[in-house]
Amino acid sequence: MKDARNIGLFVVLVGLIPFVTDSGVVLNFVMMALYACLLAQAWNVLGGFGGQFSFGHALFFGVGAYCHVMLQLHAGCNPWVALPLAMLASALVGAFVGGLSFRYGLKGSYFALVTLAFAEVFRIVTLSLSWTGGGVGLMLPLSESPANMQFSTRAGYVWLMLGLVTLALICTAWLRHSRFGAYLQAVRDNEDAASAVGVNPFRIKLAAIILSGAFMGAGGAFYAQVFQYIDPGLAFGPHTSVEALVGAIVGGMGTLWGPVLGALALHVLADVTRNLLGQLPGINMVVYGAVLVLIVMFLPRGISGARQ
Amino acid sequence: MSLLRVHQVSRAFGGLRAVQEVSLEVHAGSLTALIGPNGAGKTTLFALMSGFLKPDSGRIVLDGQDITGQAPHLNAKMGLTRTFQIVQPFAAQTVCENIAVGAHLHQPSRSLALREAQAVAERVGLGSQLNKPASDLTVAGRKRLELARALASRPRLLLLDEVLAGLNPQEIQDMLPVVRGLVDSGVTVLMIEHVMQAVMSLAEHVWVLAQGQLIAQGAPAEVTRNAQVIEAYLGHGAAARLAPGGAGA
Repeated sequence: MKDARNIGLFVVLVGLIPFVTDSGVVLNFVMMALYACLLAQAWNVLGGFGGQFSFGHALFFGVGAYCHVMLQLHAGCNPWVALPLAMLASALVGAFVGGLSFRYGLKGSYFALVTLAFAEVFRIVTLSLSWTGGGVGLMLPLSESPANMQFSTRAGYVWLMLGLVTLALICTAWLRHSRFGAYLQAVRDNEDAASAVGVNPFRIKLAAIILSGAFMGAGGAFYAQVFQYIDPGLAFGPHTSVEALVGAIVGGMGTLWGPVLGALALHVLADVTRNLLGQLPGINMVVYGAVLVLIVMFLPRGISGARQ
Repeated sequence: MSLLRVHQVSRAFGGLRAVQEVSLEVHAGSLTALIGPNGAGKTTLFALMSGFLKPDSGRIVLDGQDITGQAPHLNAKMGLTRTFQIVQPFAAQTVCENIAVGAHLHQPSRSLALREAQAVAERVGLGSQLNKPASDLTVAGRKRLELARALASRPRLLLLDEVLAGLNPQEIQDMLPVVRGLVDSGVTVLMIEHVMQAVMSLAEHVWVLAQGQLIAQGAPAEVTRNAQVIEAYLGHGAAARLAPGGAGA
């Protein structure tokens, strides 16, 4: 109940921002912060609640982004239809990767490496296929109208992203108060003990990676829709994987608000460093790395775990 | 009526034959014990029965159904649950949440499972520590938690792997009625135990495993007088030396 109230409060507060200001800078910041929240929350489902540390969540992001764009370009799909289909495609890729890795009992760093490898394979394949635009990437034609999910101001994107983040929050809150969530955390903490009382670890982990993949795919589709462009490096490159996992770890894994806090904190930090140090390419990654080391050393339970 | 039948089960790890053609039958409603010196293969046999290991040969039958090599979670659904010698709590979760994972086997609702976990916790004497993180419990507390979580899944057959190991005499005295209470409530219990005082006072039937083979069985008092059993524990010739008037005593 408390979770529902807090999520409601969050939606109202963030949803009202576009009415308070029409500053492009502010709205852009809110939009990108929400986007980072979605990635972190998606990673949190599998990594935080399930204890399966993926280092290649860009895989699901990229599949979502490419599906979203290709369905529009090649199949003439409306973006409102393409978005859920893109989520579905990412979920299916999640089922495939999870099915393989968990069937063969991959854990810890082995699982992390396999996800990283899959993301790289997809990057190289999209790079070499003409169907996916190769290295040039794919561009979405400009045609501004809400029916086409292209908004004239950032407000529309803020609300769209808020909707997706809310969905992820509701899903996470459900993990905290459901049998599936309890099973997922039990498998994270001790697989043998969980299976001794009737939990099927394979099925639980598989469901988690599917769910996580779907939300990551939504992030990818959103990215492609906002910037109307996607290429293999943007879609499957490691920076998206890092952004997702650092947000969740910094904020607090396995919590409801941790990833939101973490993504927001990192986003502020990245903006500040950009203003201080100029547009050094990749400087935000350097900062993320430093923050991650500090957090793991001094706040292993993340920002949200710090007050306990 | 036998609830669990183990028939000629063997399992080797490389050249080590950990369990060799062991057969035993556990009757419904009984409290029996599996004893034997360290390294006899007791825990391996438990792992074979509960599905954590697959036997190389032999059959395991639960209530008339062949469950040889069946995954542990499926065995748990059929009512066969085990605890672990080295306690395995879900460390990041509270006592109540730990037990609720067991209760969820037959209770999909989170709030009802948590309520049921509370009742089970009372039963094993963890009622006052419901909201403690499992990692904060003492060894005795963790053993109780291990038992509670298994119990919450409402097993028909419970395999207890050394729930008394590492407890002090007072804690053992506190734990004995809990174990006996299980049987009174209709759960069949097979326990691995080194604490002989507990085996003598609880078990109605004892199997003795040594070097992977079943060497004796019977009532606890009988088994402890068995020459082969004494030799397995104390070394070759020990039975003769211990026997009244025996050579070299």
